[in-house]
Amino acid sequence: MSIDTLRLTAEDALGLLERKEVSGAELHRAYLKAVAERDHELHCYLRTVEDAQGESVPIALKDVISTKGVETTAGSKILAGYVPVFDATVAARCRDVGLPVIGKTNTDEFAMGSSTENSAYGPSHNPWNPERVPGGSGGGTAAAVSGGLAPWGLGSDTGGSIKQPSALCGNVGLRPTYGTVSRYGVVAFASSLDQVGPVAKNVRDCARLYSIIAGKDAADPTTVDVPTVELPQAESLSGLRIGVPKEMNEAEGIEPGVTAAVQKAIELARELGADVAECELPRSVEYGLACYYLIAPAEASSNLARYDGVRYGLRVDADTYYEMVERTRDAGFGDEPKRRIMLGTYALSAGYYEAYYGQAQKVRTLIAREHAAAFETFDLLVSPTSPTVAFKLGEKAADPLAMYLSDLLTIPSCMAGLPGLNVPCGLSEGLPVGLQLIGPQLSENTLFRAGHALERALEFDPVPERLR
Amino acid sequence: MAITRHEVLHVAKLARLELSEDEIERLTGELGAILEAVSKVSELDLSDVPPTSHPLELVNTLGSADPGEDEPRPSLPLDVAFANAPAREGDLFKVPPTA
Amino acid sequence: MSTVPWEPVVGLEIHVQLKTRTKMFCRCANGFGGGENTQTCPVCLGYPGALPVANRRAIEWTIKLGLALDCEIASNAVFARKNYFYPDLPKGYQISQYDLPSCTNGKILVPTPLRDHEVGIVRAHLEEDAAKTTHVGGRTGRIGGADYSLVDFNRGGTPLVEIVTGPDIHSSEEARRFLQLLRQTIVELGISDAEMEKGTLRVDANVSVRPAGSSELRTRCELKNMNSFRFVAQGIDAEVKRQIGLYEAGGQVVQETYDFDAATGDLTARRSKEEADDYRYFPEPDLVPVEPSTELIEQLRAEVPESPARRIRRIEEELDLDRAVVLVTGGLDRLWQATVAAGADRVAAANVIANRLAGVDGAAVEPAELAKLVEARDRIPRAALDEALAKVAAPGFSADPYLAQEAVSDIAELEPVVARILEANPGQVAAYKGGKEGLLGYFVGQVMKETGGKANARAVSDLVREKLQ
Repeated sequence: MSIDTLRLTAEDALGLLERKEVSGAELHRAYLKAVAERDHELHCYLRTVEDAQGESVPIALKDVISTKGVETTAGSKILAGYVPVFDATVAARCRDVGLPVIGKTNTDEFAMGSSTENSAYGPSHNPWNPERVPGGSGGGTAAAVSGGLAPWGLGSDTGGSIKQPSALCGNVGLRPTYGTVSRYGVVAFASSLDQVGPVAKNVRDCARLYSIIAGKDAADPTTVDVPTVELPQAESLSGLRIGVPKEMNEAEGIEPGVTAAVQKAIELARELGADVAECELPRSVEYGLACYYLIAPAEASSNLARYDGVRYGLRVDADTYYEMVERTRDAGFGDEPKRRIMLGTYALSAGYYEAYYGQAQKVRTLIAREHAAAFETFDLLVSPTSPTVAFKLGEKAADPLAMYLSDLLTIPSCMAGLPGLNVPCGLSEGLPVGLQLIGPQLSENTLFRAGHALERALEFDPVPERLR
Repeated sequence: MAITRHEVLHVAKLARLELSEDEIERLTGELGAILEAVSKVSELDLSDVPPTSHPLELVNTLGSADPGEDEPRPSLPLDVAFANAPAREGDLFKVPPTA
Repeated sequence: MSTVPWEPVVGLEIHVQLKTRTKMFCRCANGFGGGENTQTCPVCLGYPGALPVANRRAIEWTIKLGLALDCEIASNAVFARKNYFYPDLPKGYQISQYDLPSCTNGKILVPTPLRDHEVGIVRAHLEEDAAKTTHVGGRTGRIGGADYSLVDFNRGGTPLVEIVTGPDIHSSEEARRFLQLLRQTIVELGISDAEMEKGTLRVDANVSVRPAGSSELRTRCELKNMNSFRFVAQGIDAEVKRQIGLYEAGGQVVQETYDFDAATGDLTARRSKEEADDYRYFPEPDLVPVEPSTELIEQLRAEVPESPARRIRRIEEELDLDRAVVLVTGGLDRLWQATVAAGADRVAAANVIANRLAGVDGAAVEPAELAKLVEARDRIPRAALDEALAKVAAPGFSADPYLAQEAVSDIAELEPVVARILEANPGQVAAYKGGKEGLLGYFVGQVMKETGGKANARAVSDLVREKLQ
């Protein structure tokens, strides 16, 4: 049978497999074929995996996730040719339920970026308009899911790297509560912020994939037990209290088209029975970016110290060890990692620790408290995920600060370890607009319930117009 | 909050990055701008706010559920440990001299 | 020539390798095992995505050591990253503890004749050991410097406790005593073999001097590369001498790190770095804080034996300091207590044990049997006593067969032998009468030899004395 990879959801695929209308191998082949035919335009994949090791629904994995025996580069030259000798826990959990890997998807180098333009292997393109970015850092996975090159995939989110690409590509992405998904085997960027999460065409698929990967892992002591995942069914939102933080919805830089689409979605939520009211996060948005861009680079500067040419990865030869290390790192890291390593090293250095890193960790507490206070009155908070729709390739690449502003709305909840779901809610200028749902820690089921009901009511078609 | 060239060189040394002259110049400007932006955090008086190191308030009480049980597990076979090694001599990782 | 009396001011930094079965942050086997790089995994090789899992036993043992050193045990201890680059540091940082260590503010009382000398333990914290780098070759064209370096990651990740003392030690002899007591404390806890020759105990010294009587703290230098307590003492002496020499010549001490070469007595400054390392410590985000409950701490406290320092002080009250030190540091004090409890005279038992049982495993000796020997030590022939003591630690040893033998005390039998010996040694007799009373032992020894060890030494001694009055 012919498989419409553009439309097929994971749930559909499971049905086909169950009824034996298609085999796991056929499905896998279908996606490989789609990749071969159309990925030259989107450049979602850095490499594909030819043999299907599993009989269930094929999956795309962001190239920061270690896959045993399959090259894993984190989008960097410093890991070119690096083949992990172990699986990340999330990869193993997918393998254990029989999900064959289609391939490893493109990412901003070391997950640092908001457009995938920082990948050392070239950018990915937005399937809605290939002249535009798919978002980042997980642009590869998001573009693959929306572009019909994967039914679902795993990304990683530190400051919005799952949610923002999902918003720009028009699909569903979950950044889980910190600690609910193992980081073991995931190339580390910022340890207290990184989380692996599911990317899919709809909320139910997203929930299903989350249930496959989530849960405590003995190999990652920062993980916890999670409540049983409930696949959402209800289409009403009655009883749900939704907060609309003023600072997030009225921030400077949000395009009018984005505001309009999000407002319509909020109206829809009311019609579905939710209690919607305005609320405040007085300082979380104003100080969130600064807080993130101190903590994340600081942790990154330490996490990236292991790339020294000694045991794996790129080595540039030299007469002495220190020269070898310095040249290897200069040659192997792109501009953004270098910037962040420098920034982070500075923020941690003697004399500056208290003012920068120390202070940022306190701001973080403040942000957590503001959100906790809001959640005493509300079950969920909503806002746009991204201030803009997908921007043009090259538009922000030359201005790091402008690029950082893409994360303005996704960052604050990340600082508090809170889960966030992106649900596509409309188009502006022909490009997807994403609605961000934020919940308290361990509230994924509430996010899925609300997201699913909204999704059903919004009837957003996740297949890019130009591909239909 | 400008950063001086001297500071850039010092930080580059700590981070073991050999920067080209071009990079030093560019980074001095870029880092200055970014530091300006992130210095915003010092506007707030947070003297009685504790820092967060972990988003969840997890602690290790050394209970029996703690995963750090002192039971050995198999190590990597040699060829696996060296599978990605840039240079090997015998069963040791080889690097240029430190001196 | 020294015009002003100087006082050494010494602080020690000790690293103890714990003998847990697995490494600190991964479950690779710990300790000498197979060949190079056979005890490695993604975690201790620092692969991308690897995460540390703290060894619970190592943490508990650190707490026990802290308790044995009278430390305060932190109810909240935090691991921290110490960031720097070196081939033996795979992650580019060492996981250690920084401003919230597991143990602080303890002490060891080092008993000395004048007073208990309190050496403060500023902190004891837990960290992972680096791997092992060896430097190979050395081209003749290069001045100092190897051709390349080779790294074995087996040792990388071994749990280490770092103990830091205050600047409370004021002589090399004190340092040596302190280290002996510390080592014994560690070994009795069963957490490490603590052998400097094997590298399971490492000691660095921070040395400065000051005018005796002042309380200032002058610039100190760090000494490394000493692998026995004796060499530590020698190194301290050498460095103290060097610093005094500098000050007396009108110079200043510059902060340096020195390697002490015990063979030559030389102190060689390490290549000074352009600037001090900035380790950029921050709390380890991959590990959660350690918060032991009070119940657990009390449970661990109950498992900590009475420290050697305490035992010395206690036993000193019943004997004297020197005997107490010998018994406790020889690991024989428990045997002594049990032997006394079995009826032996305190001092006699101490003498027998200290003089005759050094190196013997005290736990293998049956105290009641030893007590019998102590009681009969003058009565039975010397040879019989010697044989009995040589075998006293054997399983199932009984003193009875040896007690059955009687040393000859009959004056009628001994007198002729004594007379014969005195006659045969006129020179020694004259010397004895002239004041050399130590020769008594010589005469007694000769009689014992004549009688094949069967004479009663006490009786012989009395007889000789009588005859030579």
